[in-house]
Amino acid sequence: MAVIDPPAATGQTAATAAGAARQTSSGGSAFRAVWWRHVLVWIAIAFALFPILFVLSAALNPAGTLSTTSLLPKNVSVNNFDALFSDGARPYLSWYKNSLIIAFVGSAIAVFIGACAAYAFSRLRFRGRRVGLLALLLLQMFPALLAFVGLYITFSNVGEVLPKIGLNTISGLVLAYLGGAMGANVWLLKGYFDTVPRELDEAARVDGASHARIFFTVIMRLVTPILVTVFMISFVGLFGEFLLASIFLTDVNAQTLGVGLYGMTLGNESNSLYGEFAAGSVLAALPIMVLYLVFQRQLVSGLTQGSVK
Amino acid sequence: MAVSTETSSSVIGSSPARTPVWALALKWVAIAAALLLALYVASKLADHGHTLAVVGTAFVAMCVLVIYGTRRAVPMKYLFVGLALLIGLQVWPIVYTAMTAFTNYGQGHLASKEDATAQDIAYSVRQVPGSPTYTLTVAVKDGTSTVAGPLYFLLVDEKGHTFVGDAKGLNQLGKNGLTIDAGKITKAEGYTTLNLLQANKRKDLSSFAVPTDGGGGIKASGFAAAYNGKPTLVWDKKADTITDTTTKQVYVAEGAQWVPQSGKGDALPVGWKENVGLANFRTLFTNSTIRDGFLGIFAWNIAFSVLSVLTTFVLGMLLALLLNDSRIKGRGIYRSLLILPYAIPVFVSALVWASMFNQQFGLINNLTHLNIDWFGSPWAARAAVLITNLWLGFPYMFVVCTGALQSLPGDVMEAAKIDGAGAWRTLRSITTPLLLVAVGPLLIASFAFNFNNFGLIYLLTKGGPFTGGNSQLGSTDLLITYAYRLALGGTNPNYGLAGAVAIIIFIIVGLLSFPGFLRSKALEEVN
Repeated sequence: MAVIDPPAATGQTAATAAGAARQTSSGGSAFRAVWWRHVLVWIAIAFALFPILFVLSAALNPAGTLSTTSLLPKNVSVNNFDALFSDGARPYLSWYKNSLIIAFVGSAIAVFIGACAAYAFSRLRFRGRRVGLLALLLLQMFPALLAFVGLYITFSNVGEVLPKIGLNTISGLVLAYLGGAMGANVWLLKGYFDTVPRELDEAARVDGASHARIFFTVIMRLVTPILVTVFMISFVGLFGEFLLASIFLTDVNAQTLGVGLYGMTLGNESNSLYGEFAAGSVLAALPIMVLYLVFQRQLVSGLTQGSVK
Repeated sequence: MAVSTETSSSVIGSSPARTPVWALALKWVAIAAALLLALYVASKLADHGHTLAVVGTAFVAMCVLVIYGTRRAVPMKYLFVGLALLIGLQVWPIVYTAMTAFTNYGQGHLASKEDATAQDIAYSVRQVPGSPTYTLTVAVKDGTSTVAGPLYFLLVDEKGHTFVGDAKGLNQLGKNGLTIDAGKITKAEGYTTLNLLQANKRKDLSSFAVPTDGGGGIKASGFAAAYNGKPTLVWDKKADTITDTTTKQVYVAEGAQWVPQSGKGDALPVGWKENVGLANFRTLFTNSTIRDGFLGIFAWNIAFSVLSVLTTFVLGMLLALLLNDSRIKGRGIYRSLLILPYAIPVFVSALVWASMFNQQFGLINNLTHLNIDWFGSPWAARAAVLITNLWLGFPYMFVVCTGALQSLPGDVMEAAKIDGAGAWRTLRSITTPLLLVAVGPLLIASFAFNFNNFGLIYLLTKGGPFTGGNSQLGSTDLLITYAYRLALGGTNPNYGLAGAVAIIIFIIVGLLSFPGFLRSKALEEVN
């Protein structure tokens, strides 16, 4: 008995001592408790960043070919950017302009159409309102791009009569995108519109304001945050859209960044054009990346809410 | 009452709320502009003989006038534009795709029987003494491909009159915008003229002809001249047969084209569009050359979506759990860095990954000292697709899981701790189930998205590799990339079959989403 006791006692003391130590110097041992988490997260970050590092390295690589590109640039030059802007066969700046115009105009109109519809569904009472809302929810599951066969044939017929909005025009593509404008955002918008107190528009109505005036001067001001969020979600989506853009825009001057950059990776020249392509990719990714980093919270919450509903 | 009036005046100001004159004026200017636009569109449509479309345009114009010109139909004022776009550009394409799925619409079957037969007859013309001749310039419409775009003949006759002819017929061509050099049109506004080299590549040129009113046709002889010859085919409309006057061969209508009655010889080149019932669907599921490939695409499509959701979710959740510990410093920076892949447009990411998987020069083979032909073997290509999609998709799952973890009820965690559950047990029995409930709908949405992830597949592998000499059905094809290739991929579009594949996608997406739709809170919450 006596022989066993002392070790047990020392064990107990050691445990208490360790507990005390943990309590007193929590800073250093907290790191000791979570260092493995840091290591694993850094591995994940390496996985997340190495393609970005690679394309940056390719963009700065003075030789400008895929075969000479490594993960870290050995020499740095802006040759590829110069070549990109002076490339006669590939009007990169036109592509950039087209992408921005399509995404901006498409999103602006989509937000306005969505806001109008959300106002009607949130504030006005009419027959078919509930059915209309549910029909929109149902239709949203079948985006128009799945019906690209019908869209393509329709627009090629439209183009014969009205060449300005046919295939191979930016306005035609924007129009095609707008088909889904009302359905895509109306639930997200209506949810926000419902949170604006009705007393505000009641009061304006008592003052004699028309429904249009209430919409433009009262409601629109109060829902600006959700309008901005929807605009950005839509902008990001349209900027990156590829399927319809590739069907619609075959003429090299009318293309978007996605379609144009894709064209650069085809054919025998793809190796020698790689530096140009990488420079173009880096610049193409910039607007969206900036949007993300600045408006991370709104975009993320908007995206997750939008898909839950 | 007093309170609400106060609120309102603070928002809209104290001026009497009457519609200002400029707003009224603006409204009527907009209505007038819309009506003028409708008039313009209608007149253009009438020029091309689309009567039904003219009626449709007139109907839309009337709606505009009634809805925005009167004080009635207030909700419609807010819904009409969106609704018109929705019906015209989302519902109609879906309906039209569905209708196309039951036809043979595609290369060789593009026109009505009348037009197709007129083309067949025109193709048969032979030059006879005294045939009118023309100088010829071969062209395509601006913006269409010089290799595959529909052909146009720009013609100058002996008297110097100019014409443009296509597969539908011959029309006068105004001299404005034309450049004529030595009796030949060298430039025409709205058209791209083909040079000798380009014209030489058009295999369809030798059989192309412009039908003319007299029942004949204008054919090219060489690249610079054309003649209006006499047809050798005669269409007996009553008996519905075509007889070749030179060979005495009789053709009958069968399978939407003219085939020789005797069974010997070739069918006439142009067929027509007709309803074929379920033939396209039968082709997909029973045709021996297509069936296996199609079912393979089908299986891969489902496997791809399931594995994409699974891998991205697991990685995203693990990272969210790793960082869900308040003792970790710099969590904000870690999160921003991990989200970066999500902030890059998919076309950039997919194209960059495609180059990194390049067998000869690519980074992946260089770093790992492997020599895998990533896009050459089916399984390597599938792995490449999944790796790329993991990179593209995990940040989204990470963000979603982080949000869900932060909103997990703290008391449940506390209770688990008090009951003596270890970290592993808590994770397995409490955190994961609660997390799955929270993000379940997002996982289904992610599945539906990946099911039709056209951009990733098309930009990364184009659906390839194509094994076994099959150039239509690729190893990494999804249904949507397959449909795209059928409709738009080559010089032989088959819109009918592509429509059938699209219908199958619709059915699957519908089956996947409908239970969620029925269960969604939205159904009860509509107020």
